[in-house]
Amino acid sequence: MPDAVLTLDKIHVRFPVKRDWRGQARAWAHALNGVDLSVARGETLGVVGESGCGKTTLAQVLMGLQPPTQGQLRWHTDRGRPNVQIVFQDPQSSLDPRLPVWKIITEPSYVKGEARESAMRARAARLAEQVGLSPDYLNRYPHEFSGGQRQRIAIARALASDPDVIVLDEPTSALDISVQAQIINLLFELQRKHQLTYILISHNVSVIRHMSNRIAVMYLGQIVELGDTAQVLARQRHPYTRLLLDAVPVLGAPLPERAVQVIPELPGNRVLPTGCFFLDRCVFRTQGCERRQQLKPVSTDTPAHRVRCHRYDHDEPDGK
Amino acid sequence: MAVTPATSHLSYSLSYFWYQLRRSPMMLLGLVLIVLMCLAALLAPLLTAHDPNAIDLGNRLLPPSAAHFFGTDEVGRDLFSRVLYGARQSIGVGIFVAFVASAIGSVIGCFSGVIGRSVDRIIMRTMDIVLSVPSLVLTMALAAALGPSLFNAMIAITIVRIPYYVRLARGQTLSIREMAYVQAATTFGAGRSHIVRWHVLRNALPPVIVQMTLDIGNAILMAAALGFIGLGAQQPTAEWGAMIASGRNFLLDQWWYSTFPGVAILVTAIGFNLVGDGVRDMLDPKQKVK
Amino acid sequence: MTPNSQSNTARHVAAPAAQQDTIPPVLDIADLHIEFPIYRGAVRALNGVTIRVQQGEIVGVVGESGSGKSVTAMMSMRLIPQHSYVVRKGSIHKSGKNILAASEKQMRQIRGSDMAMIFQEPMTALNPTMRVGRQITDVVSTHTALSPKQARERAISLLREMHIADPEQVFDAYPFELSGGMRQRIMIALAFSCEPSLLIADEPTTALDVTVQKQVLMLLRERAKKTGTAILLITHDMAVVSQFCERIYVMYAGSVVEQGAAADVINRPAHPYTRGLLGALPENARPGAPLLAISGQVPNLADLPAGCAFRNRCRLQGDACSRVPPLLPLTSAADAPGHAAACWMTVREQHDA
Repeated sequence: MPDAVLTLDKIHVRFPVKRDWRGQARAWAHALNGVDLSVARGETLGVVGESGCGKTTLAQVLMGLQPPTQGQLRWHTDRGRPNVQIVFQDPQSSLDPRLPVWKIITEPSYVKGEARESAMRARAARLAEQVGLSPDYLNRYPHEFSGGQRQRIAIARALASDPDVIVLDEPTSALDISVQAQIINLLFELQRKHQLTYILISHNVSVIRHMSNRIAVMYLGQIVELGDTAQVLARQRHPYTRLLLDAVPVLGAPLPERAVQVIPELPGNRVLPTGCFFLDRCVFRTQGCERRQQLKPVSTDTPAHRVRCHRYDHDEPDGK
Repeated sequence: MAVTPATSHLSYSLSYFWYQLRRSPMMLLGLVLIVLMCLAALLAPLLTAHDPNAIDLGNRLLPPSAAHFFGTDEVGRDLFSRVLYGARQSIGVGIFVAFVASAIGSVIGCFSGVIGRSVDRIIMRTMDIVLSVPSLVLTMALAAALGPSLFNAMIAITIVRIPYYVRLARGQTLSIREMAYVQAATTFGAGRSHIVRWHVLRNALPPVIVQMTLDIGNAILMAAALGFIGLGAQQPTAEWGAMIASGRNFLLDQWWYSTFPGVAILVTAIGFNLVGDGVRDMLDPKQKVK
Repeated sequence: MTPNSQSNTARHVAAPAAQQDTIPPVLDIADLHIEFPIYRGAVRALNGVTIRVQQGEIVGVVGESGSGKSVTAMMSMRLIPQHSYVVRKGSIHKSGKNILAASEKQMRQIRGSDMAMIFQEPMTALNPTMRVGRQITDVVSTHTALSPKQARERAISLLREMHIADPEQVFDAYPFELSGGMRQRIMIALAFSCEPSLLIADEPTTALDVTVQKQVLMLLRERAKKTGTAILLITHDMAVVSQFCERIYVMYAGSVVEQGAAADVINRPAHPYTRGLLGALPENARPGAPLLAISGQVPNLADLPAGCAFRNRCRLQGDACSRVPPLLPLTSAADAPGHAAACWMTVREQHDA
């Protein structure tokens, strides 16, 4: 991909979950199972999925908090070392409750050693204004602010070191609807102003649809569909994408009248299936599903839209 | 913009503290008792005309009276002034032990929790060894080994208290380490030293403060116990435990000798314990009014 | 109420409209004003809330933080410690029984058998040290006269009704061994175990994945229709409430600002706050375009301004807004019965107070 700011190449992450008496790992949780992804400069990439899909682990890998068990993460920035910041889901636990807000915002600078208090206070004031907080309240503590304001503080902190990429991990899930709208607008504005690249991780399809240029749908540690947001959501190719979108409640549309089916259990990632990961929940299963599936373009005309389902392989005779 | 009123932070905090106090009569009582004993200790020379060490063999073992509020001991020293001056030893020991043990213990605990791995394991197993010996026994053994004096008693009590703080601080550190704000700090390149200085110490503080306040009472009791068996402050220094020990010989007929120092220990220890409980309740997040 | 082990006919049938006046509503919250005294003042959590749930109805209460929706739910079950709140006015009646005046003993009998509640976080609602099956049989045994064997059978059949594939296995499992969706279904099984006439669901699906959420809502609806239980659903999710509920109450800063049939409130919102909320949803905007955020913030409940609580954030605010608007019915009662909004500016026809 031209002008990619970041490339993930066959990333696998697994965690030991059971150790024997000698400390050797006996069982593993396979959080990421082969993630290949490039992120273009200035875009917003949405990563959507449910529990156990690996999106949280992906955030940790992007932030450098979790080294991949296999595979490589390559940053293409001028400065060599990547400047990637993160905004967490919970504005309560992501801010130290015993630090005044101006210190929280400028902590990245303190870490780097640029630490004159007067300069830092001024910087905090400038950043606060950018995120819509009044500089008069910077001496206060996080618990004196509302959830939306705390999230603004977290965003200001992310901006403090002038990053290239910001990972947004469920940035609005803990917020009210009206506050969510304000934060989304703020994020848009900041992206325009600072040419930021966003990686937006969320389970909220509406927010992802609204904010992302491209979308990656994750299931059991793999990307099952990747492409332009409008295209993917309008005509879902992968059966899981279809299932996911079908389940999103639509304003005004009543619940379907049909009887409740067996409620799906989201799969565990201890033992990975030998074939397609989605096989036991898929209504389209057919010959060929018993093999591991690859992420491939839907058609030769749209190489950017990729699906992990052999039914779209243009090599194979049966199409959709 | 922010939700709380913009009055002066200090006066708001003080009046809020007073509001909390009024809702917790036990803590108020504890506070009153402590203040009384501290005043007694500080203002001892003003509160009594008698020299606590002045021997007056003509007035031995007198019962409480207007001249001697608590009576006199077997060499005629005024017990009231000895109790007042004794407060200095006891409260002094209590505060020293609490502060020093908590300071040293927390620092060790925090660093142990942050560094982790084998260093952490070694430190914790050492602490476990110390904690496996009953604390009174260990304190007495240490004090005896160091030699009988008030200072050595303080050292002994302090050393035996340190492992409690190490364990407490380490536990707090382990949970603070998992908090999102520490992860965020790691992502902008913060090293362990920064994390300890900026995040761990100040967040681990509240339970340590509570433990410290409760410990003062405990340390006072411990110092009195050592004094009772002769390992604390030596004669002629007035010390509550030693006074109770001396008074044992005269318990049947001269009840006042052991009783008043005993009551002093009781009142002081209860006072600190009540305040410690109150501080814990105040700092307990579930009690916070939304 | 006599226990039934299996009832195919609903115990509580939704009464036809004509009889609604004679049968007391399953839940009747009338003009409730509640305060929580704090240091230097009081938090005015509820300021004149009137909510009614008839037998067999599914009613939604939607609002954001500080709206008072959770307080309403907790107060209906009398779960808030009595010394921490003050009732300034109003009452709560459950099928005619006065909730606020009931003794704790009476409340214990009502909770579970007469009305039940499910919460957002099933992990904290279930005892983590007890097997799940035992938790269900405990509730069943408390409120019914079944023998232990019968109680176990009832529990397993309840689990089967929750569309759980192997109920005997789940019966013997501990909560931590189960997924969030499964635990929520167990909560629902617990709630329905004594066939209450009212179920209060406080954000039951917020913590669940969206595929599980849909099935859980359908399950709730299915069970409620079967036993005739009325449901009061508390949520902040407009889409869920529009799908699931027959009637909606919209709450803001401790008052009901709009009420009516779900379709009416969602499609023709009358109160500026409801309009603002719906307009702020990303679903209702073009991708990439700025959202129509409501300016300002929720007011401090300890320091509510006089007049309409929404006025400082409202584009339509005028002089009339210095008086608190009551709920005023909209236009003609024919096409939108029961649709009312608390706004001077948007409601044309005024009702005599």
